[in-house]
Amino acid sequence: MTRGAFERDLRQLNEGVVRMGERAGEAIHGAVEALRARDVAAAERIIAEDDAIDALHMDLEQRCMRLLATQQPMAGDLRTIASVFAITIDLERMADHAEGISRAVKRLAAEPLVKPLVDIPQMDEILQGMIRDALMAFQMENADLARQTAAQDDAIDRLRNRVLHDMLEIMIHDPQTVPRALELLIVARHLERAADHVTNICERIVYIVTGELRELNV
Amino acid sequence: MPKQLEVRNVETHAPTLVERNTAVQTDDLHAWFDRLHALRGITLSVPERQVTAIIGPSGCGKSTFLRCLNRMHELVPSARVSGVVRVHERDIYAPGVDPVLVRRRVGMVFQKPNPFPTMNIYDNVAAGVRLAGERDRRRLDEVVERSLRAAALWEEVKDRLHKPGTSLSGGQQQRLCIARALAVSPEVLLMDEPASALDPAATLRIEELARELAKEITIVIVTHNMQQAARVSDVTGFFLAGQLVEFGSTTGMFTRPIDKRTEDYITGRFG
Repeated sequence: MTRGAFERDLRQLNEGVVRMGERAGEAIHGAVEALRARDVAAAERIIAEDDAIDALHMDLEQRCMRLLATQQPMAGDLRTIASVFAITIDLERMADHAEGISRAVKRLAAEPLVKPLVDIPQMDEILQGMIRDALMAFQMENADLARQTAAQDDAIDRLRNRVLHDMLEIMIHDPQTVPRALELLIVARHLERAADHVTNICERIVYIVTGELRELNV
Repeated sequence: MPKQLEVRNVETHAPTLVERNTAVQTDDLHAWFDRLHALRGITLSVPERQVTAIIGPSGCGKSTFLRCLNRMHELVPSARVSGVVRVHERDIYAPGVDPVLVRRRVGMVFQKPNPFPTMNIYDNVAAGVRLAGERDRRRLDEVVERSLRAAALWEEVKDRLHKPGTSLSGGQQQRLCIARALAVSPEVLLMDEPASALDPAATLRIEELARELAKEITIVIVTHNMQQAARVSDVTGFFLAGQLVEFGSTTGMFTRPIDKRTEDYITGRFG
């Protein structure tokens, strides 16, 4: 007995997850770049792009439903499909964070930044690496890589705390900066949350591979 | 006496021992058809008042295993059995044990409903009790009603108990056969693909019934239908080529089988 059609559908489902993950990662990176370049047009494009990522999410969810309804998946297949449900929700939220950063870019457009961007681009760089590695771990069903990827979340949290500390200092010294400093805090918060979603995805990958569902980075 | 049943721990992946009463224990059970070695050393404990499903591809020995549990295997000419089968601690192959009495303690329901064709509904259910010597009409009435109720058929047939058993639908006939098996108060009920000849609605009724009956008696069900095993059973055993590959909690088996061969079979990649 072979399950050619089912295996093809599963493969396409996995490819869809990777494509959606790449789009979400590109959106976040594009939003941080737009912040650096003060490029409102780019921010607008990323906001518009979110609908397309939402559509990918819906499409993947429907494909999962169809496979559950028609193929009665078991064991590893069941874990994969159930996990894709969860992973696409995380990816969709990540894209929402890209949109959130882009909106901050628009609000900040007319005014100078309160300080040069250092930590935020670094957060983005680490986050991009996490997204790449998580998608790789997903494709290769590599639980170790997923665990290592989730462990990088600590570095993101440290940078986020540094941004918080810096912004507090700036706001205390010059209350005029509060609205602009808050925007950068919001951006850092979006990046930190996006990394948390990558951690969730890594948990699902470990579950797909090993059948163990537990929190990483507790 | 409580025996220990190995149930795989879903959290830690490690087998743990859970206290359960054992209804049927087999030790190194082998079965042959002439020179065909159909079962190759099956050792397992069927937990009491649970549904145990036996799955595996055609020819893996699962029906043979079932038929060894009530000494029906030996009814086939040239068939042989070795090893031990204990039903509630009593060795059913011990010298001097009457196979007819074994089959009363361990009832069986087959793939195709097989009501006695010349008998009405009432007589079908009463047949086993009558064979055992019961003649009292009132007691027979009680047994028939109790068994038909237990088989979830009473409401549908109580006004036509004297119609032929074969006048019922397929699903009703199968429940009639279950009632007939229950009439002699078995300790264990073996079900060999009991729903494979039935439509989906009748199938679900049989599955529900199996779950309901397991509150009182022990059920062992052989099925080709993986979803059925997943829905109906507490414990599952996977047989392959006459051997028991994996045995443990149904939830564990269907979400995280330990043996690669189990995974391949239940995900439909061979069989």
